Amino acid sequence: MHISEFDLHTQDKPNKPPLDPHLKALENEAIHIFREAAGEFERPVMLYSIGKDSSVLLHVARKAFYPGRIPFPLLHVNTGWKFPEMIEFRDEMVRRFDLDLVSHTNPRGPAENITPFTHGSALYTDIMKTEALRQALDAGQYDVAFGGARRDEEASRAKERIYSFRTPDHRWDPRNQRPELWNVYNGMIRKGESVRAFPLSNWTEVDIWRYIQAENIPLTPLYYAKKRKFVERDGMLIWAEDPRFEALPGEQIQEDYIRFRTLGCWPLTGAIKSHATTLDEVIAELEIATVSERQGRAIDKDQAGSMEKKKREGYF
Amino acid sequence: MSSTAANVAAPAAELAPASKDSRPLRLITCGSVDDGKSTLIGRLLWDTKAVKEDQAAALNRDSSGKQNDLGLPDFALLLDGLQAEREQGITIDVAYRYFSTDKRSFIVADTPGHEQYTRNMATGASTADLAVLLVDARAGILEQTRRHATIATLMGIRQFVLAVNKIDLMDYSQARFDEIAAEFREIALSLGVKQITAIPVSALKGENVVYDGKASMPWYKGPTLVEVLELATVRSAQTVGFRLPVQRVSRPGESFRGYQGTVAGGSVKPGDSVVILPSGMVANVKQIVTFDLVRNAAVAGDAITLVLDRQVDVSRGDLIASIDAQPQAGRAFDAQIVALQAEGIQPGKRYWLKSGARRQRVQVQPASQLDLKTGKWEAHKEAFAMNAIGKVHLNFDEQAIFDPYELNRHTGAFILIDPDTNNTVAGGMIQGKRAGVSGLHSGDERVILSLPADLADQLLASEALAERRDEVDIRRTNPGRAAELLSGLDD
Repeated sequence: MHISEFDLHTQDKPNKPPLDPHLKALENEAIHIFREAAGEFERPVMLYSIGKDSSVLLHVARKAFYPGRIPFPLLHVNTGWKFPEMIEFRDEMVRRFDLDLVSHTNPRGPAENITPFTHGSALYTDIMKTEALRQALDAGQYDVAFGGARRDEEASRAKERIYSFRTPDHRWDPRNQRPELWNVYNGMIRKGESVRAFPLSNWTEVDIWRYIQAENIPLTPLYYAKKRKFVERDGMLIWAEDPRFEALPGEQIQEDYIRFRTLGCWPLTGAIKSHATTLDEVIAELEIATVSERQGRAIDKDQAGSMEKKKREGYF
Repeated sequence: MSSTAANVAAPAAELAPASKDSRPLRLITCGSVDDGKSTLIGRLLWDTKAVKEDQAAALNRDSSGKQNDLGLPDFALLLDGLQAEREQGITIDVAYRYFSTDKRSFIVADTPGHEQYTRNMATGASTADLAVLLVDARAGILEQTRRHATIATLMGIRQFVLAVNKIDLMDYSQARFDEIAAEFREIALSLGVKQITAIPVSALKGENVVYDGKASMPWYKGPTLVEVLELATVRSAQTVGFRLPVQRVSRPGESFRGYQGTVAGGSVKPGDSVVILPSGMVANVKQIVTFDLVRNAAVAGDAITLVLDRQVDVSRGDLIASIDAQPQAGRAFDAQIVALQAEGIQPGKRYWLKSGARRQRVQVQPASQLDLKTGKWEAHKEAFAMNAIGKVHLNFDEQAIFDPYELNRHTGAFILIDPDTNNTVAGGMIQGKRAGVSGLHSGDERVILSLPADLADQLLASEALAERRDEVDIRRTNPGRAAELLSGLDD
């Protein structure tokens, strides 16, 4: 790759107004964290889950390393139960932004036929997400993994560090976290240990959406309302168009305008009824929403402290 | 879950506007559970609509409907996120909370108030622009209030809000409020903090937090807590010399070489002359590159890529600085530190010091320790225990580059890392460079005194001398030998 001054001036950028000081401050902080960890660690990787937070993370990473390309691969832990639109979108991003992608599926999934229906959400998540992530991190010998987690998402994340230390078996000890002062991060680890770095720690859900709007960041169409087939299950609206979907006794397949506030495995992701088909409409809905985004996540609900337990075991 | 609180005015943040015209304010809340800190933060989140319905429902599920008499959930459960803590019923760490009004967003570092958690308070205060100190109107100013104010000041906070909580339990007494506010003002002024706002508050009833408390306290004409926070200033290091700690060198192609980092002080524009430290090489700024555009200036806080006009050797950890206003360079510095771990800080031990993107070996010598009860520094050469605040001498193997923390909160701050455990064991603030044995304050001149032993002992016990004891050399001898040595100097 050859970049001249001329290229710098003629980058094809749509004319957009500068970011407001609030978003600019958050962006600056995130860029700082990306550069610091990429400069300090030997084998970085970025966890990429295709959702809106990952999309923002990817965008900030492109900014952080510009005019170079992102100097590490993206890691997608594919459970095999993602929405097809997510995989299409992922592959499009990889093409458009010249990214290195590592996609990993836990071989136990297909081998033992582990599904969210047969094994329950807790065990399924443990094997297909947490265990799969550990496998992929070990295989790549990554010493730092960037993630898009935010502190406002969930109670156990409020005390998460920006550099979150993990033992060689990827465990997180909430009682024994390294103190973090100013923007000076301690990246010293022994062989086998690793750090999860969270550049978006201080962003809220509203910040994410406003940044997507201000920066015109592409998103999968799943975030926008469309007529989709679904059933109501345990109080959640579950997408019912996949060939593997099976209605339970008493469940009626309905069709209406729905969209998703967060994305994951379709059998575990609740939709909301909505007519918001544009970003502006999504944001307008969000700003009057009285329900937090993780409400659509089955895995958080198993018990109080559910997310904390998963994180201790290596879930990001 | 609808609030049945006394204030059912229009929600403050029904619709956030398209943009916010200021940077987020970072603040720290200091106080103990008994002062109603959890209730205050919970109230801030609740009244600004930062708590969503399902989170509130989860609260009820966890606490089996435990509510206070206003029908609000137990806010402490909302805040004490980690199960380990919930089991112990105490807050053991720093948690970050987020809320916003239509004017601004806020990041709250929520830290426990007990003495054994000085380290957590220091951590939370390190990034804060403002401290909210909470007192119980019935108890008034406590020793802990002074301690919190001292730590906050030490960490560089220059704006205080005193929330006099539970004022409803003192029958909204103006006299009681005035008394507490006056006492606090004296403490703050003695610490050199002039920006002080005292507010009578009932966090439980939501008075003077987000909504005003005029109905109960017609005598109070001042702002609510949120109004003060909306108008508080965000500290920036824009008025000092330009500083760019280099995080990465970007070389995407043969013809481009850029130095990536976040401006840690001052501003820069193409054409400016800069010096690369520690090498001392000089260059001019050619370009300021960002993803969005090639810029004609950058200021403190901006994450940029700097291109220089000539080939110079720059690597991660170097500092690019304004040639006219350079930082201090040397092998010996004075600093204040907060000990963060159970193993304490050992005299003479060699630690890793990280500041900006630079990591280097340093030997730490304790000099004095702050007594948080009295606010006085006392000579202390031994190890520091966890939570101790001390003054130390830093001796580096190689050239170190700093600004005094007073002038720059980025290039004057550092952490110490124990090479045995890799843990962060101290946070530190640079006071200034030490000029060899002659000390920071006295230049190159030394004075040799010869005096009677009892007078020397009195001098040594004085505060001024105790503070700088390590800069003083003492030998006890007989009058004859002393006279001989002094006359030898004159030769």
